[in-house]
Amino acid sequence: MESRSLVTIANHSRQKIEYLIRMAQEFEKHPNRRLLEGRIVATLFFEPSTRTRLSFETAANRLGAKVIGFADPKVTSGTKGETLKDTIMMVSNYADIIVMRHHLEGAAQYASEVSPVPIVNAGDGANQHPSQTMLDLYTIYQTQGTLENLNIYLVGDLKYGRTVHSLLTAMRHFSPTFHFIAPDELAMPEHYKMYCREKGIKYVEHQDFDADTIAGADILYMTRVQRERFTDLDEYERVKDRYLLKKKMLSKAKPNMKILHPLPRVNEIEYSIDDTPYAYYFQQARNGLYARQAILCDTLGITLEEIINDKIIIK
Amino acid sequence: MKRQALQVAALQNGTVIDHIPSAKLFQVISLLHLERERSAVTIGYNLKSQKMGHKSIIKIADKFFSDDEINQLSVVAPNVTLSVIRDYEVVEKKEVRMPEELIGIVHCDNHKCITNNEPMQTRFHFLGAERGTLQCHYCNREIKLSDVKLVTKIK
Repeated sequence: MESRSLVTIANHSRQKIEYLIRMAQEFEKHPNRRLLEGRIVATLFFEPSTRTRLSFETAANRLGAKVIGFADPKVTSGTKGETLKDTIMMVSNYADIIVMRHHLEGAAQYASEVSPVPIVNAGDGANQHPSQTMLDLYTIYQTQGTLENLNIYLVGDLKYGRTVHSLLTAMRHFSPTFHFIAPDELAMPEHYKMYCREKGIKYVEHQDFDADTIAGADILYMTRVQRERFTDLDEYERVKDRYLLKKKMLSKAKPNMKILHPLPRVNEIEYSIDDTPYAYYFQQARNGLYARQAILCDTLGITLEEIINDKIIIK
Repeated sequence: MKRQALQVAALQNGTVIDHIPSAKLFQVISLLHLERERSAVTIGYNLKSQKMGHKSIIKIADKFFSDDEINQLSVVAPNVTLSVIRDYEVVEKKEVRMPEELIGIVHCDNHKCITNNEPMQTRFHFLGAERGTLQCHYCNREIKLSDVKLVTKIK
């Protein structure tokens, strides 16, 4: 059986990414459909993630599917010692597709190998989070009108930040120039820089984070510098305020520049920026709905053509 | 024949695995499941070797390995030499080659990897001699060949 599971988009071709963006565009036009009427979507959150779960469940509900699942691992048999495989086999008797979040890395890949129904990875530890990457790509496309030849600035935790790594990998098809701005302890790992060199992706590393540095940005992708990531807390105290985005730093920004953030934000983007035309993180989160509608449909074998020809649109 | 020429008895039919680093001998034994072998196995441990100083050697009577079995050794002893013996003659020499995929052999050193938390086999991809690393199929962790540890229980 050919598995339609979505574990990672690291291996997606350029065509596949563009295809999913086209699908998401259709859902942005008309999000309320009956395309998944009669289907059951299971959302298994072995690790709580309210934001991602609500987004997936909204996507399923707006497509007419019914949703079963759990939001908290404490209520599952995993706490009694049940294996992941057994849980997946049990749920696959009930659902047509399983959306799962797990704290262990590789859990979604393994689930996709044992499950008779498709698996959608909603995050497996520090490993992959393809629906986040898809919504990031969609947002970049939506705001810039293209994915080609963009200057993308990645700021903050570039060492552990799963979203920035996935974005970097997925953008390889589109000739980007990446700019890395991070404290030394959280710098972009060497193997990702090696990846860039192998794939011919241009990148620049910056020491400063100020108006001049980011003047060339099309996309400013902010992430949070977390205290618990530091072994040296003095170092944390020294650098923690250096990677906060302040409104005055936008004085030289290009008019098309948009600020993205995977959320939740703590203080890394000054709140007064929310009212500027550069702030785009809340729209970005909404795009998660359209990206996840596209992912659910594609994973269940519904084509772009079927979505375009779908006349049952609920106003 | 000189008296010191052979430190381990000659074999009529079977396989000789030579030039095993002595520190890796027991891993080679377990990778080839020799503890379950029913025919005669002669093991020479810490023998003198001109090339290596010390080496180990294993002779297994009436046993011939497939290439897949032999290639499992690549993670612990890539430079061993295998001789296939028939009627006291070496009829074939084989070298170990790194397979593209290693299943159930290498331990993933990422404790948050699913393979360390489920009753399942590990799976690694070889990323090429230049890179010199294996990559976990599940969590994508890369491990240098020199740092490889075997799973404690080979299935």
